[in-house]
Amino acid sequence: MSARFKAGDRVRVRVGSPPGHLRTPLYIQGKIGSVERLHGDYRNPESLAHGGDGLPKQQLYLVRFAQPHVWPKYPGPPRDQLLIDIYEHWLEPA
Amino acid sequence: MARVHDRGGWQGAGPVDKSEHQLSWWEKRTDAIATLLMTQKRVMRVDELRRAIESMEPAAYEGCKYYEKWLHAVETVMAEKGILKREETDRKVKELEAGG
Repeated sequence: MSARFKAGDRVRVRVGSPPGHLRTPLYIQGKIGSVERLHGDYRNPESLAHGGDGLPKQQLYLVRFAQPHVWPKYPGPPRDQLLIDIYEHWLEPA
Repeated sequence: MARVHDRGGWQGAGPVDKSEHQLSWWEKRTDAIATLLMTQKRVMRVDELRRAIESMEPAAYEGCKYYEKWLHAVETVMAEKGILKREETDRKVKELEAGG
């Protein structure tokens, strides 16, 4: 399965709360960041968590966000960044 | 919808308690059992452990220690898979409470 995004692409994290296990925290949903790098493809934890086989594998990305964008009242230095792993099906072009 | 475990950004949640504490024997044993089930026995995945913790009732989740949540998850997943029956764990607990 080929990767939809490459390093430097701007992406928005999807907003959603499907039932079951997911690895995309609420605080990052709807936020816009840029792809730092592709980790590779991994079995989908949303399926593995419920006894499934985790297939098809999902591409996993390291995504970079500006902390003041993630936290509107961010008290730290404005250049601070947040790096977080996000699976491809949670990302869309921004 | 805010899930009980998804804490980042909760308003009024207060500061994070970063104090260290000594682990008791049952906490170490719980860690060992869960790790064995996930790595040596391969009958449980870490994703299943997490999912079982996340699906705890909010009141139970808030009232439990870290490794009590692990223990709950191990029991839940083992019961789901028919590896350990609820009656078996309940019977053993009764035995231990009776000093067995």
